[in-house]
Amino acid sequence: MSTPVREAPVRKEPVRAAAALGRAGGLLILAGALVAAMAASLAIGAENIPLGRVVDGLLHPDGSREALIVQDLRVPRTLLGVVVGASLGLAGALMQALTRNPLAEPGLLGVNGGAAFAVVLVIAFLDTRTSLVYVWAAFAGAAGAAVLVYAVGSYGRAGATPGRLVLAGAALNAVFSALTAGVMLLDPRTFDGFRFWQVGSLASRDLEVVAQLGPFMLAGAVLGLLLARPLNALALGEDAGRALGVSPARTRALGALAIVVLCGSATAAAGPIWFLGLAVPFMVRSLVGPDQRWVLPYSLLLAPVLLLAADIAGRVVARPGELETGIVTAFVGAPVFIWMVRRGKAPKQ
Amino acid sequence: MSRVVRAGALSVRWEPRAAAVGVGLLAVGLAAAVFVVGTGDFPISAPEVVRALVGQGDQATTFIVTELRLPRAAVGLLAGLALGISGAIFQSMSRNPLGSPDLIGFTTGASTGALLQILVFGGGTLAIAAGSVAGAVGTAAAVYALSYRGGGVSGHRLVLIGVGAAAMLEAANSYLITRAELREAYEAAFWLTGSLNNRGWEHAAPLGWALAVLVPLALAYGRRLTMGELGDDAAQALGVPVQRSRAVLVAVGVGLTAVSATAVGPVPFVALVAPQLARRLTRRTGPHLMSAGLMGAALLSVGDLISLKLPVAVPVGVVTGALGGLYLVWLLAATGRKGTT
Repeated sequence: MSTPVREAPVRKEPVRAAAALGRAGGLLILAGALVAAMAASLAIGAENIPLGRVVDGLLHPDGSREALIVQDLRVPRTLLGVVVGASLGLAGALMQALTRNPLAEPGLLGVNGGAAFAVVLVIAFLDTRTSLVYVWAAFAGAAGAAVLVYAVGSYGRAGATPGRLVLAGAALNAVFSALTAGVMLLDPRTFDGFRFWQVGSLASRDLEVVAQLGPFMLAGAVLGLLLARPLNALALGEDAGRALGVSPARTRALGALAIVVLCGSATAAAGPIWFLGLAVPFMVRSLVGPDQRWVLPYSLLLAPVLLLAADIAGRVVARPGELETGIVTAFVGAPVFIWMVRRGKAPKQ
Repeated sequence: MSRVVRAGALSVRWEPRAAAVGVGLLAVGLAAAVFVVGTGDFPISAPEVVRALVGQGDQATTFIVTELRLPRAAVGLLAGLALGISGAIFQSMSRNPLGSPDLIGFTTGASTGALLQILVFGGGTLAIAAGSVAGAVGTAAAVYALSYRGGGVSGHRLVLIGVGAAAMLEAANSYLITRAELREAYEAAFWLTGSLNNRGWEHAAPLGWALAVLVPLALAYGRRLTMGELGDDAAQALGVPVQRSRAVLVAVGVGLTAVSATAVGPVPFVALVAPQLARRLTRRTGPHLMSAGLMGAALLSVGDLISLKLPVAVPVGVVTGALGGLYLVWLLAATGRKGTT
């Protein structure tokens, strides 16, 4: 698979400056959209709460029903949506840049498969009800799987080329999902627990989850954003990248680390959320082009907006019940993605 | 490696290595099938199985072999063949090793159709089969129609749109599984993993007939895939009617996916991995449908044998996933040691 990168046409400086200004403006608009989405996520739900009351409830927690809803349910959920969305968007963009494959998504590094396997083991063999056990098991499973994928993909003299990483990821993912299915089908009780975990959801998680995983996500995000320049250099090819002073092996290792931390903690916090990591960077590239200095921050901001929007939609369409976020993201994201592919904005092979 | 054998106006490319690999895979698949037939509450030794198959066994053994256990082995071999060939077709057309029918939604569509029958309409075996065929064909038609633009379909766009459709259908499947009653959902999960339990001639015979039509078609058009991999323009220049070949190959690939999913459920990984493994074994650069198909048959058959010999009862899909994945890991490590990719 070749790069989605086109040769940048030589343009005059003022044009480039204007384009940069436009992209920076777009980033601001996205940031505004994120704030709006957060506000909507606090206000809308099984019971709608006017924004004024939301702010009241946050500033002066008076123990009223509405204040409690906002504090105990909506705030954790919204914060979780922001960090999980941002992590998945950035991880997806990094994954596609590293593998130079527009079909690559973070799950291909084995993260989802490993997390799912760890969770099904906990459900089957540990008698626990605390959600934090699931969270840390999922995180450990994701990290372990990714290390394994990286070890297999980088084994030998050929090193960790993108193609080998993707193949190793697909192979180990298959192994893990087979083992997961084997354990899941051992008895109906395990299956019952697992079938609800395997649909990603932002509902009923404590603030504790965000507090414990947040630092990891932050570190992963900083590391990922710092890789924009080396990734740009590598997009020209390994030799050109080396000539520009970038070490391909180091960039890949750091990129993989960032992806694992981001995607592992997102999956640990919310369960597997499909499609966001695949579709968001894809959409972003068709908006701002291949420059990673823009693709990464745009993905970081666009993904949580979409995830919160999906979560809100899931609360509204099935009142008083709700649709899981993971289901909504796929149902809303997929048609948009298909429409963009049809419009031919898809990066060429 | 290969040379061309000519007889008058006819010529055939003779590739000793590919032929040897094909014969070897066929032998492995058939041997595994014989042992599958021999395994059960009433064990039958391999020579006895062979004797019963050629009509020399005693009456009871012959009945058990031909009526009760042979269908399972036959379904395994045939479905594996179908999966391998369809995987090779889609991977070659998309020029992407990830472009297997599992990934681009056709298998997922088959599952959605079957799940609707199992969980919502409560249909029987035939209804589930019809549902899964309808799901696969419907998904394929939608994906194909959506990727049709400007008088043609590009393989690249087809895969991307298929990935989108797969994500959507996956979500629909999860929705159905989480909303269903536990007992029914549990049953559906077995189907979703891919299982060869309780297969009879009513499963094997239709599968055989479908493959008798689809496999020759696939092989006839398969040669054009090699030229298609050069790019649409180059293939056109070499005299390949690109769009028509692609339409036929998509139809055949979808048909193979649908009939295999109907027979065994969406067995994971065989379609994805069989073409890759076959390609590495034959050391061919281009696609080779027959060796991919035989590899699929051998994988599924051996996988079934292992699932029967395991101390805990697991469906065959668990074994093929683990087995195929581990083998790919081993291959990657082996090629990595030599420094090739």
